[in-house]
Amino acid sequence: MKKVLPVLVLAAIGMLLVLTVAEMPTFGDGQAPAHRGVMDKYLRDSAQDTGAINTIAAIILDYRAYDTLGEATVLFVAVLAVSAALYQGEHHA
Amino acid sequence: MHDMVLEVVNRLLLPFIQLFGMYILFHGHLSPGGGFSGGAVIGASLILYSLTFRFARVKHRLDHDTSVFFEAAGALIYVAIGFVGLFFGYNFLTNRGVFPLGVPGQLWSSGMILIITLALGAKVSGTILSLFQELLEGGSDEHGNP
Amino acid sequence: MEILERLYGNIYYLTSVILFVIGFHTMLTHRNLIKKLMALNIMDTAIFLFFVAIGYRQGGQAPILLPGVTSFVNPVPSALILTGIVISVSFTAFALALVVLLYKHYGTLDSDEIIAIRGKKHV
Repeated sequence: MKKVLPVLVLAAIGMLLVLTVAEMPTFGDGQAPAHRGVMDKYLRDSAQDTGAINTIAAIILDYRAYDTLGEATVLFVAVLAVSAALYQGEHHA
Repeated sequence: MHDMVLEVVNRLLLPFIQLFGMYILFHGHLSPGGGFSGGAVIGASLILYSLTFRFARVKHRLDHDTSVFFEAAGALIYVAIGFVGLFFGYNFLTNRGVFPLGVPGQLWSSGMILIITLALGAKVSGTILSLFQELLEGGSDEHGNP
Repeated sequence: MEILERLYGNIYYLTSVILFVIGFHTMLTHRNLIKKLMALNIMDTAIFLFFVAIGYRQGGQAPILLPGVTSFVNPVPSALILTGIVISVSFTAFALALVVLLYKHYGTLDSDEIIAIRGKKHV
């Protein structure tokens, strides 16, 4: 019983996910709902507004630079958390 | 334990790995890559150096204080660049009215993006090296000694 | 059957679901703590693959605006996943620090033995 129960639960979850994948729009479709929105504005205006020809760098470092600042903070907090967890009660010289 | 093959191959390969990492960093706005990928490659090369040449020989050049300094300096430069936009009367972290944009396609273009890419490279490589050193030392034991 | 043809068209999404279920099964079944952490990493990678594969367009090139290229791939999902990758790295680093602490306290990396030791102490 202990070895069969995870396999049964995962088979149910896996079947649900596979049925969802079968209902998604086809891979590579040009008219998919994921391509509406800001993609056209970014591809059209990024060379003129930012001066960078790499569109992804222009998105994460100019249009959404504040989100990348939050991500740099997450890296900083990770080092802080590892340092706090491993060096408990120690006095650094 | 000195393994001759490891030392010789590392001495030959490490400059090329770091040169490749610097190429990814400096061309962050021209080709795929950017701050995080370049910082990860340089951090991995520093970990390779620490693993091969036994920890004691490395300690005086790449100790804990140096990696923490690079990581904190990267974060500080990012925030300072943001405040430059505020100082000139625009929003926080603006690029267009404050920094020189240049011609798209050349190396010295896109104002704020190049400076932030270099700062993120320093930050990510310092983070990876610092995490490696802290996990290797293992922290303190129950009496509070390292 | 028609559902098999639709699944063959979406083969990248199906691969992502298979990777996710493999990672989930390893995390539930195996007892070693390091194996559970690696399975968590595999689940993260499956989600990243799913998200980036949504942005593909037929006949599109990489979104670098060189002269002479007209049709591009959607750059927005790739830009969102960069943040996710960094968060996955930070989470793995902190979980490994906790595993180091657990090993120093209990002396073993086996989750069943750790539960047995804790059960005997509190009885």
